[in-house]
Amino acid sequence: MDMQVSFLDRLFDAGLLIDTGVDGLYGRSGQFEDVITAFERLIDRIGGADGAEAMRFPPGMNRAFFEQSGYMKSFPQLAGTVHSFCGNELDHMSLLKCMEVGEEDWTKGQEATDIVLTPAACYPLYPTVARRGNLPKSGALYDLQSYCFRHEPSKDPARQQLFRMREYVCMGTEQHVTDFRQRWMDRGVEMMKSVGLEVTIDIANDPFFGRAGKMLVNNQRDQNLKFELLIPITSVAKPTACMSFNYHQDSFGLKWGLNLEDGSVAHTACVGFGLERIALALFHTHGLDVKEWPESVRATLWG
Amino acid sequence: MNETIRELLARVGGLPVAVTELEDAADLYAAGLSSFASVQLMLAIEEAFDIEFPDSLLNRKSFASISAIEQTVAQIVKAREAA
Repeated sequence: MDMQVSFLDRLFDAGLLIDTGVDGLYGRSGQFEDVITAFERLIDRIGGADGAEAMRFPPGMNRAFFEQSGYMKSFPQLAGTVHSFCGNELDHMSLLKCMEVGEEDWTKGQEATDIVLTPAACYPLYPTVARRGNLPKSGALYDLQSYCFRHEPSKDPARQQLFRMREYVCMGTEQHVTDFRQRWMDRGVEMMKSVGLEVTIDIANDPFFGRAGKMLVNNQRDQNLKFELLIPITSVAKPTACMSFNYHQDSFGLKWGLNLEDGSVAHTACVGFGLERIALALFHTHGLDVKEWPESVRATLWG
Repeated sequence: MNETIRELLARVGGLPVAVTELEDAADLYAAGLSSFASVQLMLAIEEAFDIEFPDSLLNRKSFASISAIEQTVAQIVKAREAA
């Protein structure tokens, strides 16, 4: 824990991250952003030739799609919903009074809007693709990036509540999407090596909620559905997942009605880059001053 | 026990086929039991038999078929009686 606090403090002191008073909610300096931009260009160089269709969604998604996704079944503790004041003038008066007195929770009267904070960059994609009709026989590939929200306040700078996720999502046959996932596992290791990061890949699971979640965790691990690329940031014993490689089988295909040309249900897989985590791994490994980073790393990132 | 398990499976399993059509040994996942439905089934079985699945038995294998569930439940009940 001490190590985590001190790395966060060092990042604040160096001005790379900006304290907002809320754990896990930080501003970023121009330098920090420059590293993320450079790493995204590296992703583009590696993955660009695959011809993915790029889509960018804001960090909020349609609440109806969020509900349909089943996110609340698995991760209720992480979700963030957007609520707004929807009252009349009288309600406004009591709201202001409530805030002034400060004894009662003024947010109680806030009402849910149609927007939920995006929990993973690919969530708005599935209903969008489903609306278009059947997928080509050869499958489809998409490129996404979004700020994502997860309610897990922490002093570990690698566990932020609002962070960016870059993703490639592949849809097609089982063989097609598992090949895609394997290709990116190989590429991920190579990419991280090219920027001087020591990585391991390990089988992983999502943070499913509660006792029932234990079963989902065991199922996910038994079936090798999730792998993570791990880099030591705040702890060597518990390295941080900087990329994840997920095979959803046909679960998203069934849920969203994603079908291939021949009518069969599409299998899907996604590979995600935790952009802040990768930047933090770079700062942690090579130092807080990018001018001091090894020449080969600088050349890879900035050419 | 078999009957109770079948009832619960019919109620929470969300299977596209009738539970009466299933053999005891039939693969429930192949029959359409989703991960989430298997969790619902687990919780329903715990309530019905007043048992708690230990973490080591919270896996796909325990819920792979009606007979697998019977064996798992019997194992938990037996362990409790021995304790």
